[in-house]
Amino acid sequence: MQEAIINKAKELLADGRVDRVIGWKKGEFSYDITPAVFETAEEIDAEFVCNDFTSANVSKYLVKETKKDGTVLAFLKPCDTYSFNQLVKEHRIDASKVYTVGIPCDGKLDPEKIKQKGISGIRSIEKDGDMLKIDTVYGDETLKISDAMSERCLSCKSRKHVCYDELIGEDGDVISSNRFDMVEQLENMSAQERYDFWRSQLSKCIRCNACRNVCPACTCEKCVFDNDDSGISNKAAADSFEENMFHVIRAFHVAGRCTDCGECSRVCPQNIPLHLLNRKFIKDINSLYGEYQAGADTDSRAPLTDYKQSDCEASVVHERGVE
Amino acid sequence: MLRISLDKLDTLFAKIAEKQKLYIPSDREDGSAEYMEWSEGRKLSNALNTVRSAKEFFFPQTESLVDFKLSGKNIEVIDIRKETEDFVVFGVRACDARSFGILDKVFLSDPVDSYYQNRRNHGTIVTMACTRPSETCFCTAFGIDPTAPEGDAACFTDGSFLYIKANNDRGEAFVSSVSSLFEDGDTAELEKVQAKTKEVLGILPLSGLSTEAFGGDKLNKLFGSEKWAELSESCIGCGTCTFVCPTCQCYDIKDFNTGHEIKRFRCWDSCMYSDFTKMAHGNPRLTQLERFRQRFMHKLVYFPANNNGELGCVGCGRCLTKCPISMNIVKVMKALEAE
Repeated sequence: MQEAIINKAKELLADGRVDRVIGWKKGEFSYDITPAVFETAEEIDAEFVCNDFTSANVSKYLVKETKKDGTVLAFLKPCDTYSFNQLVKEHRIDASKVYTVGIPCDGKLDPEKIKQKGISGIRSIEKDGDMLKIDTVYGDETLKISDAMSERCLSCKSRKHVCYDELIGEDGDVISSNRFDMVEQLENMSAQERYDFWRSQLSKCIRCNACRNVCPACTCEKCVFDNDDSGISNKAAADSFEENMFHVIRAFHVAGRCTDCGECSRVCPQNIPLHLLNRKFIKDINSLYGEYQAGADTDSRAPLTDYKQSDCEASVVHERGVE
Repeated sequence: MLRISLDKLDTLFAKIAEKQKLYIPSDREDGSAEYMEWSEGRKLSNALNTVRSAKEFFFPQTESLVDFKLSGKNIEVIDIRKETEDFVVFGVRACDARSFGILDKVFLSDPVDSYYQNRRNHGTIVTMACTRPSETCFCTAFGIDPTAPEGDAACFTDGSFLYIKANNDRGEAFVSSVSSLFEDGDTAELEKVQAKTKEVLGILPLSGLSTEAFGGDKLNKLFGSEKWAELSESCIGCGTCTFVCPTCQCYDIKDFNTGHEIKRFRCWDSCMYSDFTKMAHGNPRLTQLERFRQRFMHKLVYFPANNNGELGCVGCGRCLTKCPISMNIVKVMKALEAE
């Protein structure tokens, strides 16, 4: 797989179809991969990597990259193509400056899950059937791949690429996932239980803004929370109300535009399941306005920016909210 | 050395907590560890380290500094400082223990930060030697020995016993306050464990990391390096590295209008943020490259320039684990060193 991707990148660079390649660069260990832009075949040969840990979604970088001259080649996993489409739809990416190559994905691994099993001093990680063989300074370890799989990949919504100029490997399908199971569990809780759940999760927040900054739906030039003149800029939660509201406001802001790529929860240093807020909105939009998947196309009207006579009335909030 | 069986940790914690608040690293429901106040039933985490560092005990993420109340044409200035109560932080690793020395140089040099000093004067740090360092550890590059941590008192374990020794007067006082639970014991097993840990430290992937290319006199060479562009290229400008870092000490001071008074507070700031050090004339660092460079230059050049060559990193590895794009000080050091 990595070899095919590297060859494709070099081929497109060599024939002048693209000027740069955005992908992933290997790190110190087997899992600490950094998104990076490559300009030459030599750089690609030396450092380009595409493996079980190349989970970062590179779509958002294309906002910046397509403001530069020339064409950039982007390798997109199925879930990344939804983010890409959504950014094109919002006119944040100039699609004419990107050449997209869809790459297959069997799910990415989460190094933190491996470490939480007590595995430390990792020197290398290799796949062996459905197991991981991990060489550590304390001896050899094995772990089931499914136990190391990222949370978001365990409830993958689609193996289908919704856009690409070219595809490596075969395209997959939209799959029926269990991604709304936890949302349902939360819905079935009492208001107090749900409040307690979110308080315990959101009170862990350190306001590092990693969720916002990585989010492909958060591409405002200047976030209101960073703008001193807005009156609500904040580097720290002044009280527990603000601690909660930052995430709730952000979830509202990306509602109808969030593709459920899961980057927010992937990067959260405090392991807050932020994607559940977004999934609640997605689930509600599906049930109130009909099935809708943000990023599935670039031309449809999104339910929250469209009006139909069949749209639910505002009273639905009251009707659903009463216990 | 004085030792206590590990099954009696609860008894030890209960004894400490009789007199003062006790904080220990404990596991959260999501599997990661953080410092929590000890109460009956709270267990010491086996994790190598907490997500957030122990700096919060002395330099909390937010704290109120002073209140202002308007009455007519008068502004009443209310000094809200109170003497902190004594507390103990147990289980601090050698890297975090060293970070207090770095923070002290910032907050306790003239003009002394009384808020920080207040907490520092009332906190007892009991460290815990490492027995299972990870691939992200590189404290030894900064001359730290994780098998013999600093702190007021240090604890060690061989898997069966917890050994304790005082490192200074405050540590002596602490040890004598709990010594009735300890007995003098043989350290042969402990020495074996320490030797084994030292062996592991020698073969960790980052064990050869060199700091020679850095220091206060390297400003001109490093500031203009072409590597910064590449290193900072995919930085998303979040504050994760700075907020999990035990030595990052920058803060912002802001006023919060509650409607009937002004609360002046300070909170951690991050040089990675777009409005960091924004002044009347604007912001001196307009690009992420400049902000990114600031963070590493501060630790590797500016801090040592002002502090007799001491580098501003302790090698705890939190930024290696937590950066959303896996960019970190080790990658920066290796890239700059190769120049």
